[in-house]
Amino acid sequence: MTRYLLVKLLEAVVAIWGVVTIVFFVSRILGDPTVLLLPVGAGPEEIANLRTALGLDEPLWQQYLYSLLAMVKGDFGISFQHVRPALDVVLERMPATASLAGLALIFGTLIGAIAGAIAALMRGTVAELVVMIAALLGQATPTFWLGIMLILLFSVELGLLPTGGAGGWENYILPGLTLSVFVSASIARLLRSSLLDIMREDYVRTARAKGLMPRTVFFWHIARNALIPVVTMIGIIAGELLGGSVVIETVFAWPGVGRVIVQAIQAQDFPVIQAGVALVAGIFVVVNLLVDLLYGVLDPRIRRG
Amino acid sequence: MTPLLDIRNLTVVFDTPAGTVHAVNDVSYTIEEGETLGIVGESGSGKSVHALSMVGLIARPPGRIVSGEVYFKGRDLLKLAPRELYNLRGKEIGFVFQDPMTSLNPVLTIERQIAEPLRRHFNLSKNQARERVVELLELVGIPNARTRIGQYPHEFSGGMRQRVMIAIGISCNPKLLIADEATTALDVTVQAQILDLVRDLKKKIGTTVIWITHDMGVVAGLADTIQVMYGGRIMERGPVDAVFEDPRSAYTWGLLKSLPHGGKRGATRLYQIPGNPPNLIEKPVGDPFAPRNAFATERCKRETPPLLQVEDGVAGHKAAAWYDLRAELKKEREASA
Repeated sequence: MTRYLLVKLLEAVVAIWGVVTIVFFVSRILGDPTVLLLPVGAGPEEIANLRTALGLDEPLWQQYLYSLLAMVKGDFGISFQHVRPALDVVLERMPATASLAGLALIFGTLIGAIAGAIAALMRGTVAELVVMIAALLGQATPTFWLGIMLILLFSVELGLLPTGGAGGWENYILPGLTLSVFVSASIARLLRSSLLDIMREDYVRTARAKGLMPRTVFFWHIARNALIPVVTMIGIIAGELLGGSVVIETVFAWPGVGRVIVQAIQAQDFPVIQAGVALVAGIFVVVNLLVDLLYGVLDPRIRRG
Repeated sequence: MTPLLDIRNLTVVFDTPAGTVHAVNDVSYTIEEGETLGIVGESGSGKSVHALSMVGLIARPPGRIVSGEVYFKGRDLLKLAPRELYNLRGKEIGFVFQDPMTSLNPVLTIERQIAEPLRRHFNLSKNQARERVVELLELVGIPNARTRIGQYPHEFSGGMRQRVMIAIGISCNPKLLIADEATTALDVTVQAQILDLVRDLKKKIGTTVIWITHDMGVVAGLADTIQVMYGGRIMERGPVDAVFEDPRSAYTWGLLKSLPHGGKRGATRLYQIPGNPPNLIEKPVGDPFAPRNAFATERCKRETPPLLQVEDGVAGHKAAAWYDLRAELKKEREASA
């Protein structure tokens, strides 16, 4: 088990290093941030001074090595825009992203699981058709479009809910709903097909031949096995949502991690871009590790010694 | 004495997109308490489907029981409420399925899988059930039972998993044990061990057994009565010795003729029944084996022969044939002599 964890941890370090490296060089291609930071009409001398102050006049490889060393120590540098530690700028947005992600994940999973189970258990009925069409629409609808439509209806036309921003519980409803639709649609479709596959398994017939009650057969023999791929899916979605949904946070002016990274890219605020991307990559890796461990709990065949 | 199981005119079909599959056609037979019945037939002969359908284990839809009665200890199983059927399955009628790894749940421990019927039907506590599980595993010949109960199916070999399946089947001391191709996936030595085990268990617990297989050799070694099925019908039935020595259905005769004989390997090519298995989507008319039968008469193709007592045979030897196989074979021998 420790060996397995060590290997996974090493993989995680390599993955995060790779992401940070790519982002470092790609962001440098974007251009020179000093022009954006100085007022319009600043002279060449002022630009040169700022470049020296920010350390941007040194050779690229030297900048890379310096920031890599600093990152290992947890120092992502000072934000060009905010003139505060870049990591703080990103981390203080984390609660907004995490609470929205958590809400969407819980509601989306619950609704998706119920809908998927109904569709599988009521195979061939109108209920299955309704669930499947709804899920297909939910998965196929672009989230930004759905978000805008919801704003138009509930905020602009009906004036019931705020158009965006964070604050009270009512600010959570529209972005939470938009994200939940996508989450529940994906989970409903996967759970349905997974359940239908497992129902055909020989061991389900064995369970029924034992005289077990239908609910025992369903929960212990069918659902237990059908959940394995669904757990993976939830893990991937959780990783994506915790990294901050860029589109949703932009549409709803949600002060989350995704939005701060987009703003940093627009301002070419290199330290914030790097801190944000490293954080998102880190979260993704940790969530995946948790899913792997959960997998071992659910399926004894892949439990490692 | 009333028979333990009395099946009358059981007909089962499957509604598929390609048409209605006539899987079991008007099957009737009885089995006495303590008897071992071996049912032989190829894939699609209806041997498994008829057994699964009588306790509600076929998927409905697409499966559909068109007609019939199945009396078990005097009650018609096909008329039982679902809950009565759940109470009966596993407790009064035990099942042993073919196991190429698939019939045991991969994510539950062996203990849980064997204990399930015990806890369900006898309300045993966890500890009481564990004692019984250990006892059962020892009974079916699994060493170190107490340590192995915490393991999962993938930690068992094929033969050991089959023993676990048998332990599940006999866990509640059922009146009737139905084994469906229970040794098919196993290699020959393991198969022999399992058959020994079943014979031994029969002596110890006296269960009535229906052994479904496509292997004539297994039936010869295990069963009292053999029943040969083809195209969803019973072609022949009788005491094992009588049917093996004096078959009256051309299908039985073909099956026996196609068996290899010990010590004569390579001497002659194995006999092969000509033609293909029947297409069960067409509504069966006449004797289902007629198209492949050299002895078939015009009547065979038009009219379905009933399963009748063989006139000059031993008691209980029945066959469904319009032709007289014994006379035909005699003619053939005289012609070649």
